[in-house]
Amino acid sequence: MFVELNNLLNTTPDRAEQGKLTLLCDAKTDGSFLVHHFLSFYLKANCKVCFVALIQSFSHYSIVGQKLGVSLTMARERGQLVFLEGLKSAVDVVFQAQKEPHPLQFLREANAGNLKPLFEFVREALKPVDSGEARWTYPVLLVDDLSVLLSLGMGAVAVLDFIHYCRATVCWELKASILYLMQGNMVVLVHDSGDAEDEENDILLNGLSHQSHLILRAEGLATGFCRDVHGQLRILWRRPSQPAVHRDQSFTYQYKIQDKSVSFFAKGMSPAVL
Amino acid sequence: MAAVATCGSVAASTGSAVATASKSNVTSFQRRGPRASVTNDSGPRLVSIAGTRPSVRNGQLLVSTGLPALDQLLGGGLAVGTVLLIEEDKYNIYSPLLFKYFLAEGIVNGHTLLVASAKEDPANILQELPAPLLDDKCKKEFDEDVYNHKTPESNIKMKIAWRYQLLPKMEIGPVSSSRFGHYYDASKRMPQELIEASNWHGFFLPEKISSTLKVEPCSLTPGYTKLLQFIQNIIYEEGFDGSNPQKKQRNILRIGIQNLGSPLWGDDICCAENGGNSHSLTKFLYVLRGLLRTSLSACIITMPTHLIQNKAIIARVTTLSDVVVGLESFIGSERETNPLYKDYHGLIHIRQIPRLNNLICDESDVKDLAFKLKRKLFTIEVREFLCFSLQS
Repeated sequence: MFVELNNLLNTTPDRAEQGKLTLLCDAKTDGSFLVHHFLSFYLKANCKVCFVALIQSFSHYSIVGQKLGVSLTMARERGQLVFLEGLKSAVDVVFQAQKEPHPLQFLREANAGNLKPLFEFVREALKPVDSGEARWTYPVLLVDDLSVLLSLGMGAVAVLDFIHYCRATVCWELKASILYLMQGNMVVLVHDSGDAEDEENDILLNGLSHQSHLILRAEGLATGFCRDVHGQLRILWRRPSQPAVHRDQSFTYQYKIQDKSVSFFAKGMSPAVL
Repeated sequence: MAAVATCGSVAASTGSAVATASKSNVTSFQRRGPRASVTNDSGPRLVSIAGTRPSVRNGQLLVSTGLPALDQLLGGGLAVGTVLLIEEDKYNIYSPLLFKYFLAEGIVNGHTLLVASAKEDPANILQELPAPLLDDKCKKEFDEDVYNHKTPESNIKMKIAWRYQLLPKMEIGPVSSSRFGHYYDASKRMPQELIEASNWHGFFLPEKISSTLKVEPCSLTPGYTKLLQFIQNIIYEEGFDGSNPQKKQRNILRIGIQNLGSPLWGDDICCAENGGNSHSLTKFLYVLRGLLRTSLSACIITMPTHLIQNKAIIARVTTLSDVVVGLESFIGSERETNPLYKDYHGLIHIRQIPRLNNLICDESDVKDLAFKLKRKLFTIEVREFLCFSLQS
């Protein structure tokens, strides 16, 4: 996790808010550094994490995670991390008939209506274990990234339904015997296609923007490529359930990504310029 | 035909094999690269495969694209396990050149090739590869080697020249495995001996589409499905993903797919804006990415993106590819007669470079790149601006 980003978001792994949906969005740049941040953040916060990684392989996240101070392999071994490697599973699903429903079952079907098998996988992964003692603080679902599901033939509405079901399960589910709220968090990444006129993606992005509590938007600079400033990050806090009396807070920072960290500064205050 | 024989019973054999591969967590196959298990106790073993080198930044295995100038712009080369997407220029004149350079580099390094096309027979594509520029001293030694190893049996093999041989009988000259990235003479053809000595597989769509193979139900167009099965079969059979216990492979598979997305592949994204198969191409790229990430292979795809009607598909294709390079030739545009561009044949845009195993990538500072095809070489240069207009 990036310490500077924690300061900007006013959180630490010890006292993070629960029951929140965070939307990561990138436009004209690569916002994957935010995914790495949240992955290491929640692993350090001792949460049970279900990571649906659709776009890169496990070793990619593992190697970057090591730079950020978490070991994904060890987290997976001790049960803290449930990792769905989309690329490897897709190869299994497409080339081999599966007996049980596979999370990526929709790849085999011509007109898959919904993402139910994927939701079942997430629910199974984040189910609280009846061991008595609470090993992990709260569950977290991380998805990288949702726009790939659109590329694979799912409609925007099906993806929104999937997120809705996941939210209902992860953020608010009640345990049968004891009434306690399993308030978990969700973090999803969606690409903003900008002027590519991707209607499905726009529907998905707008729908999620209205539901999320925190939106982190990584944008490329309007003036183009710069070696010292890699982009701009807009942070928007929202309270979707409350009336719009309180204005949503929004901050904008520029950032530069380094080998193991990301440095943030106010607009125009890059160390290279000053 | 040998090609059909290798594809026979694809589904049955690969099904069981894939199951065993996925169940075993530890395979004897270790390699240092983007998919190497980092916490392995024995540590990452440096695999010295001909024609590869580790990246300076993070030790990732790189192969040359065949153009040393392009290698430099991509941060040293193309990472093993990734896709290089070439957005074709308008009249498809220069993108086949990059395609052939990639394949020629594979032959010079002794890599296995897989050439897929819906338009041209892969055997013909291989005949048209450019000749490598060898040093004069090495060239003499190479000629002598060829002469010494030639036996009467190889004359018989020349009759069936297009069949690949599993083990090359002739040593490629000393220049091939010691260097990374070679220069090619576009005006000469690759020597026949080098092509015959190489191990290559061809996928020519009109031949494959007529044969009745058991096709797994999938919502891709039949051409894409057959190509995916062919690639997966080669990767498994020749051991590029380490799951085949009989085959210990220490070589790279170079996959070249030409004109992907064109109507010849049965896809209609170039004809209609909202066709019935709008997800076929992106699904294909996704499954291909999955195959590449788990094997020792690198892929070049040329795609006529200027023909794709739906701009959203181009954005999705870019996200699903790793390196995206766009070619824009000046032929037929007003830039052809513009004095600023008179030395060049077109512009080359590096649209995307992947961030693999890293937060940052080796982006080149220069974004203004132009290419020209001289008689022998394809060069990429920074566009030089002449400031005559500023002087009064």
